Amino acid sequence: MSLALQPWERVVAAATETAENNPVLNISIFGAFVAVTLFIVIRASRNNKTAADYYAAGRSFTGPQNGFAIAGDYLSAASFLGICGAIAINGYDGFLYSIGFLVAWLVALLLVAELMRNTGKFTMADVLSFRLKQGPVRMAAAITTLAVCFFYLLAQMAGAGGLVSLLLGIHEQLGQSIVIAVVGVLMIVYVLIGGMKGTTWVQIVKAFLLIGGAIVMTVWVLAINGFNFNTLLESAVAASATDPKDAILAPGLQYGKNPWDFISLAIALVLGTAGLPHVLMRFYTVPTAKEARRSVVWAIWLIGIFYLLTLVLGYGAGALVGADVIKAAPGGVNSAAPLLAQALGGPLLLGFISAVAFATILAVVAGLTITAAASFAHDIYANVVKKGNVPPDGEVKVARRTVVVIGILAVLGGIGVQGQNVAFLVALAFAVAASANLPTILYSLFWRRFTTRGAVWSMYGGLAAAIILIVLSPVFWGTETSVFKNVGTAIWPLNNPGIVSIPLGFFLGWLGSVTSTKPEDPKKAAEMDVRSLTGYGAEKAVEH
Amino acid sequence: MSGSPADASPPGGIDYIAEENDPKFVELKRRHRSFVLPMTVAFLVWYFAYVLLSSFATEFMATPVWGAVNVGLLLGLGQFVTTFAITMGYVSFANRRLDPVSAEIRADLEKQEASA
Repeated sequence: MSLALQPWERVVAAATETAENNPVLNISIFGAFVAVTLFIVIRASRNNKTAADYYAAGRSFTGPQNGFAIAGDYLSAASFLGICGAIAINGYDGFLYSIGFLVAWLVALLLVAELMRNTGKFTMADVLSFRLKQGPVRMAAAITTLAVCFFYLLAQMAGAGGLVSLLLGIHEQLGQSIVIAVVGVLMIVYVLIGGMKGTTWVQIVKAFLLIGGAIVMTVWVLAINGFNFNTLLESAVAASATDPKDAILAPGLQYGKNPWDFISLAIALVLGTAGLPHVLMRFYTVPTAKEARRSVVWAIWLIGIFYLLTLVLGYGAGALVGADVIKAAPGGVNSAAPLLAQALGGPLLLGFISAVAFATILAVVAGLTITAAASFAHDIYANVVKKGNVPPDGEVKVARRTVVVIGILAVLGGIGVQGQNVAFLVALAFAVAASANLPTILYSLFWRRFTTRGAVWSMYGGLAAAIILIVLSPVFWGTETSVFKNVGTAIWPLNNPGIVSIPLGFFLGWLGSVTSTKPEDPKKAAEMDVRSLTGYGAEKAVEH
Repeated sequence: MSGSPADASPPGGIDYIAEENDPKFVELKRRHRSFVLPMTVAFLVWYFAYVLLSSFATEFMATPVWGAVNVGLLLGLGQFVTTFAITMGYVSFANRRLDPVSAEIRADLEKQEASA
């Protein structure tokens, strides 16, 4: 046992050294990423004129490009660092978690992507209000969109603070706040200058770097284990700190205490993805439904392969770095991938992976911000407040101002929640997307008798149920990790609201529809039906 | 490009209710739904079966198959395989059975609009 400890000790020593010596290297690699992407963004933004240019990149991306951008958007720091770390420490349960994120894409591929592309222009609300009453449906859809974006954004910004302490060796509050502000300002610059086109390019570049880095590390880990996956698993078991040691190969370590909590999470993961507004908005950046389909196919391959790589990386980190070292490192679970990079390729690979992790946060917050801004400017300002009477460039002007406001709010929020446990926010974003957005999307695409009342009930009901259940749960009350530590008791026993709020969202959509007295316009319904399947109108409209 | 919904609609002249009842369109809709709906049910059932096994049948999932590889790992990798397979199956189905019909209907509608 004392012999086995030696390599760990070396890594610990090296990690401490890194924290002192390499911030300069890490920052320069990140600086290079920023310089390159900023150059691309400025070049790409030269002919950003119309709303379609700003929100939907002129619908000029190809399926493969958009597939990379979707992967870049979707593989957030939570996916990359979080899943690697979860596998390194809890083994199988981390892998189990990643599968929900992948299978979810089949909902997007089969039911949502092409039909959305054919019926909408810029936002999710375009589709939902197509055949229902504009005002109430757009307002509800914009509110759920803003809620999902806000939760997700806050989680990313808070994550940035944690990453800083891990990667740059900045532990004091002020330093972390400055870095959060830098991320926020960079993001505002990207989105203001580049619009959707610039944001998309940042995501494409980031996806290349992330997947490339993961492939290099995976091959490296496998090479150490003689390209034998079984050997890797055995060395992970040998280095495991669990009792019994091979517990990491089977489910139960992370979710075993409360399986219903995981089931509730799994429902939200698999149904939430196709309701995430920033994912839906990506379908509008391609010219046709066929390209939207190709985007999702590319995204599925890239995301699927990436999660297979994280399986190797996670067990690799467990074997080469060790669960105890990871848990003790600043950043905890999230430090598994960076520490593995360090153990394999020294400071240079660590610097590269750190820069990719920052780029990840930057790309994801940019995507969320442009989605939230588009929803506010296009749905609330142009269509609800001004009822469509907006001068040609007025909407984009409002969208740009919204970007600045959201950027500032994100920075303040990110600084405000520092040190808080906000890991639940990503799961909450998925739960809201699945409870409030997906039912209405599916009903309006597939169910003729769906009505305005059904849509409004489902969206507000799903949103409220998800948030209220979280507020009543152990996330907020009664445990060591709660927002209010060891205060009160939770009324709702699970950390994830999906198991109740998602069925409720679907139920309210049905109930509101069957109790509606006002019938919807049958002509609009027929038009939506025909256009959603044939692409008539959507595909021609963009050939300027 | 003010973004009002009226702008999004192609110019009038098309009777969408009649078009919706056109045999060609009815057939397109039938083909689309009879593929995507059962497939969605199938992959959701398979995914939740896997989640339930991982939650309540941990002993079974831990059964070794070959070396350190156990039933749980194989079923998990099976999720990847079925996801990739359904993706490829849908693309091939859509290319062969959906795209030609929808292109034909789109061309018809464009002609109708031009003559209206």
